[in-house]
Amino acid sequence: MANAMKRLDKKHPLPTRCFHWLNVPLLAIMIWSGLLIYWANDVYRIGLGNFTLFHFFPDSWYKALSLGGRLAEGMAWHFFFMWLFAINGLLYVGYTLISGEWRHLLPNSHTPREALDVVLHDLHLSKKPLPRRKFNGAQRLAYTGVVLMGGGSLITGLAIYKPIQFSWLTGLLGGYEMARWEHFLLVIGYMLFFVVHIAQVIRAGWNNFRAMVSGYEFTAAEDAPYEHS
Amino acid sequence: MSTPEQPASDPAKVPETDPVKEPMPAAPHQLVPPDAERQMRRLSRRSFAAAGGAAAVGFGGWLWLRLQSEDAGIPWFLRRALNFNERVGESYFKVSRLAPTFAPDRVQEPRVNGQLGLQDAKFDRAQWKLKVEGPNGKGGREFSLDQIKALPRAEMITELKCIEGWSVVVNWAGARLVDFLATYKLGLRDSNGPQAPPNLFDYVHLETPDRGYYVGLDMASALHPQTLLCYELNGKPLTMPHGAPLRLVIPVKYGIKNIKRIGTIRFLDTRPPDYWAEQGYDWYSGL
Repeated sequence: MANAMKRLDKKHPLPTRCFHWLNVPLLAIMIWSGLLIYWANDVYRIGLGNFTLFHFFPDSWYKALSLGGRLAEGMAWHFFFMWLFAINGLLYVGYTLISGEWRHLLPNSHTPREALDVVLHDLHLSKKPLPRRKFNGAQRLAYTGVVLMGGGSLITGLAIYKPIQFSWLTGLLGGYEMARWEHFLLVIGYMLFFVVHIAQVIRAGWNNFRAMVSGYEFTAAEDAPYEHS
Repeated sequence: MSTPEQPASDPAKVPETDPVKEPMPAAPHQLVPPDAERQMRRLSRRSFAAAGGAAAVGFGGWLWLRLQSEDAGIPWFLRRALNFNERVGESYFKVSRLAPTFAPDRVQEPRVNGQLGLQDAKFDRAQWKLKVEGPNGKGGREFSLDQIKALPRAEMITELKCIEGWSVVVNWAGARLVDFLATYKLGLRDSNGPQAPPNLFDYVHLETPDRGYYVGLDMASALHPQTLLCYELNGKPLTMPHGAPLRLVIPVKYGIKNIKRIGTIRFLDTRPPDYWAEQGYDWYSGL
């Protein structure tokens, strides 16, 4: 490999990396404790009428992950770690806004077209080269979306945690039972995000992953530094 | 390889310039190309070591948390967190915020979800009286169901929310607890003093006649206008499985606080014991 051909570029600022990696155990604990709570009234399913295609969740899952019969414990963990999850998320959003990093992340007028190109490219349906950006259109949608989902978890969570004190909020979300369902649906959303995110990180390779730890990546010497749009 | 690899372990060859702390003034994104590999190795080593250290500390912290002693069914720090949340919740709580009410067509028959405190076969409904007392049983008084029914009747259609996660809309009727206390001058530390919070006890304890089930309430929630001494459910007299002759309905709390078959109401200034709080649940359980 010719060293002269590549250069070290700063990619992810330290606060972004810290908030990102802190969020991994925090969200994991929130989902785990949330499942301990959900077990006590596990009514959601995919199906029509009496036909159930999939029940969230089969008893064997609870057994395998020892999630059953731990409601009190689940609530206690959930209502402790909710603070840390919320604080980490709010600090991340605050930092991203103040630092200007949002310019790399928020969707803009190119985003829909570019996101489509990325999807076609990744599904090997198009050979059109992708533009060189810190985050492409698909990433902008995914990363902005998952941050909004985080906000959604806080809002729907508050609506089922204090449905009388915040009855206006619970009402806006369609009532107590709807808010609980929305809170659950967001977890399914995190799972889908997680699967795609991990697959894409593996696909993108070591240079990309390393940048999320060290902050730096190699770029071809002739490439211009990332621009904001 | 156009350039021979420098041994990364040789500290003398590693440039002193730290790209994190001292970006090169001319072009902050660019480093001298031959140094790029070495710089990356140095940066990666350092950041992966820091990340690994942080992960180890985090995981160690998690293991340490899992080893902590329990306080009423959950690790002590989680109990502290619940108590902290209680203070936050209490400071935000307002008696004027009401539980939403529903149209009659939303009413459903609630399931019977608990028999705790209702299993005494010798319980005689005809002999039942509601006992009301101060701390340590002081100043005990007894009330008949007729005396409760003589108070202004309150009827409301609210959603009972079980701590398990299900809910049901029910039409409740009874006397407001706040009316009961005001009418009979109950819950006061000094019966000659004002009938306002400074003179009211801090907590209310309710238990079934056999003491098989008991709940603790903060006074603010007890005084909420939708907190009822309930004797009718969905237009019919309360049945035994639902807590006849008199049960508590308190929409600002989870179902666990809506105690059936009240035997004694006790006022006190220390936090009363609570059946489910002893099993690891939140004592406050406020909604």
